[in-house]
Amino acid sequence: MARASNPEISKKSAAAFAAPQGSDSENFSLRSLQDTLESDRRYQASQEELLHLYEQMLLIRRFEERAGQLYGLGLIGGFCHLYIGQEAVAVGLQSALEEGKDSVITGYRDHGHMLAYGIDPNVIMAELTGRQAGISKGKGGSMHMFSTEHAFYGGHGIVGAQVSLGGGLAFAHKYREDGGLCLAYFGDGASNQGQVYETFNMAALWQLPIIFVVENNQYAMGTSVKRSSAETEFYRRGTAFRIPGMKVNGMDLLEVRQAANVAIAHVRGGGGPVLMELETYRYRGHSMSDPAKYRTREEVQGVREKSDPIEGAKADLLKLGVNEDQLKEIDKRIRAIVSEAADFAEKSPEPEPTELYTDVLVESY
Amino acid sequence: MAIELKMPALSPTMEEGTLSRWLVKEGDTVSAGDVLAEIETDKATMEFESIDEGTVGKILVPEGSEGVKVGTVIAVLAAEGEDASAIQAPEADASAVQQSPEKGGSVTEKDEKASAGASTAELMEAKPTPKKADPEIPAGTNMIKVTLREALRDGMAEEMRRDERVFVMGEEVAEYQGAYKVTQGLLEEFGPKRVIDTPITEYGFAGIGTGAAMGGLRPVIEFMTFNFAMQAIDHIVNSAAKTNYMSGGQMRCPVVFRGPNGAASRVGAQHSQNYGPWYASVPGLIVIAPYDAHDAKGLLKAAIRCEDPVVFLENELLYGRTYELAQLDDHVLPIGKARIVREGKDVTIVSYSIAVGLALEAAEQLAAEGIDAEVVDLRTLRPLDTETVLESLKKTNRLVVAEEGWPTCSIASEIIAVCMEQGFDHLDAPVMRVCNEDVPLPYAANLEKLALIDTPRIVSAVKKVCYKG
Ligand SMILES: Cc1ncc(C[n+]2csc(CCOP(=O)(O)OP(=O)(O)O)c2C)c(N)n1
Ligand SMILES: [Mg+2]
Repeated sequence: MARASNPEISKKSAAAFAAPQGSDSENFSLRSLQDTLESDRRYQASQEELLHLYEQMLLIRRFEERAGQLYGLGLIGGFCHLYIGQEAVAVGLQSALEEGKDSVITGYRDHGHMLAYGIDPNVIMAELTGRQAGISKGKGGSMHMFSTEHAFYGGHGIVGAQVSLGGGLAFAHKYREDGGLCLAYFGDGASNQGQVYETFNMAALWQLPIIFVVENNQYAMGTSVKRSSAETEFYRRGTAFRIPGMKVNGMDLLEVRQAANVAIAHVRGGGGPVLMELETYRYRGHSMSDPAKYRTREEVQGVREKSDPIEGAKADLLKLGVNEDQLKEIDKRIRAIVSEAADFAEKSPEPEPTELYTDVLVESY
Repeated sequence: MAIELKMPALSPTMEEGTLSRWLVKEGDTVSAGDVLAEIETDKATMEFESIDEGTVGKILVPEGSEGVKVGTVIAVLAAEGEDASAIQAPEADASAVQQSPEKGGSVTEKDEKASAGASTAELMEAKPTPKKADPEIPAGTNMIKVTLREALRDGMAEEMRRDERVFVMGEEVAEYQGAYKVTQGLLEEFGPKRVIDTPITEYGFAGIGTGAAMGGLRPVIEFMTFNFAMQAIDHIVNSAAKTNYMSGGQMRCPVVFRGPNGAASRVGAQHSQNYGPWYASVPGLIVIAPYDAHDAKGLLKAAIRCEDPVVFLENELLYGRTYELAQLDDHVLPIGKARIVREGKDVTIVSYSIAVGLALEAAEQLAAEGIDAEVVDLRTLRPLDTETVLESLKKTNRLVVAEEGWPTCSIASEIIAVCMEQGFDHLDAPVMRVCNEDVPLPYAANLEKLALIDTPRIVSAVKKVCYKG
């Protein structure tokens, strides 16, 4: 939803940006939300709901596999970061948002978040191949995709930048009193950037409606969390700013969804920011050109076998009475969607040369 | 001796003010700290206190006077024993000229400007310019083939062997062997004390590198690419570049910031920029942007030994290229010296970094058409070797700048300014520049190609300045 800016603000909201007066100075509890989550860890999804979420995860998986192939064929260039393994995070969290009200922002590993938001796979794939029909007219590429229509604010190539930008989106939600919140995703590696903590402080000081989401996939390129971080329990990193933390199994769709509900209730209730760490794993290299010498094949294989989010959801579906044939049907449908997206992306024409000079500035001077 | 009371400056930017009220009158005795008057600036009304003891002799500027220039004598104070009533106003009309303490108002504005101009030039000349020439490569020196990547690595390794204080720090430089493999093997040879992986915290580790240089070490700080150095640019510009000057030459900052710069291949707008002109605009920095392995190695070694902070701009697309390199024990090149990489007589193409390759290609094509182009590789962007550029211009009388970067406020702009200021008499045609298009770099393959400088564009610009296009 492209929203025109509304200059009207009430007196009430101006006061709302002042520091909270005499806030619960002794009562801050890092684990307050975690305790709520632990009392009931998994979301009770109906069969229909779970089928839908499963489909979304499967779409991301197949889409990313295909993107990897297209990269190999030279149809996609530059940097291309795949989301395979992390599907439950975007799908679980974003399914709890209110579309048209809340906003999402992330880094360069952004295909999954867009698909989880229901953005047309065709225009995403066409952006990856750099075509006119791409969501950024081919001018952004894999790392720089945006959809104001879906309140998806990118797609940012500079590690950590999206965190303060997310703070700004949350600021705007509060300023406009639109009831929305911002979900700002970033990696374990990004968590060490200074601007992250500057944003934590302001978000807590001004009680901004934001959920900071650390997608802890254990590595930042070739650097494991242990080698980069003095505090590897990322959910605790808001403690100094009195931001409650949550540590969530990011490989379990229903736990992610449950955690989202807890965090969203807190933020919407005016409780201020939440810092959520999702433990997850990327199966593929950091980007397409990663020799991956920093971990063993066994490690990757182990995670895949033990805690694959799609397999996990499949098991839940079977328990809910869905049968194998239904799942095969879904798989077929998803493959068709992805094939069509790949075809579309391959056949769409490149941008017109005149596009080189468009969109540099909005107005003419 | 009577004491002159002058209109005070009450803020760093105040040039004049209103003397709104006198709180004393002629004949009053005052002591230090007494409020004499109220003075209004554009920002506030402030009290003007006496610093001395004495008797108010003459009030020269009545209250209510507006636009009183800072430094104007507004009253005269008689010291103890002096007859206040006998004091005369100073000779010069106090309100007319703004008196500067040193010059006493006797120099007219025009003279002042002229003398200031002359003295700046003299001061610059007083600084001896070191003799710069590449050392001769002895005949019979063994030539080897190396990639730019290897040359850079070898340059760092040699300096690390030579000087214990040199260490390398950055993202993925150690265990991963460098995001672009430039630091390959360094961890193995020098260990984790001297080859250090950092978290993704550019601002922080650029500051740590700068501070370590202040503390006596010789840091080589790698940015995975210079795009990410924008997180850290405050330390490069504010901390590293200005320290020596601000400390009056006491505190040095011999740090090297290095990494790939410029457009790579289809990595989009946020990852494709040439920061050469940015850093080259900053006094206090050395900026180097080599093209081939010979220069890269020799200049990187020089940069590490240099007492000044250096920004060393490499190019990812050149890392894998193979070049001839003389096998020398200690190959160090002079900073601040351009190199004529191809001699010619008809036209000069000035370039640096990856565009040098394009300029050479263009020169080959032009030769086939009977135009003999000279190609100058600047190598160092700050300080700029204007001498070599102007010498070449004197010879060819025509000049084109080829730069992989935006045209606006570029190195090309600077070269053109230098040619206008110092080479005008030698010009037979306007100087032209060939740069990237003035847009953020697009991702789409066809648009990226259109946006970037290429050989045909250089060829056509050269023909234009030769009036053969
Ligand atoms: C400021 C900045 N520094 C470095 C990089 C290069 N870079 C891109 S991704 C990345 C690793 C980030 O890891 P993490 O935050 O854990 O996210 P993940 O890739 O695991 O999703 C690095 C170092 C960058 N894009 N921006
Ligand atoms: Mg990570």
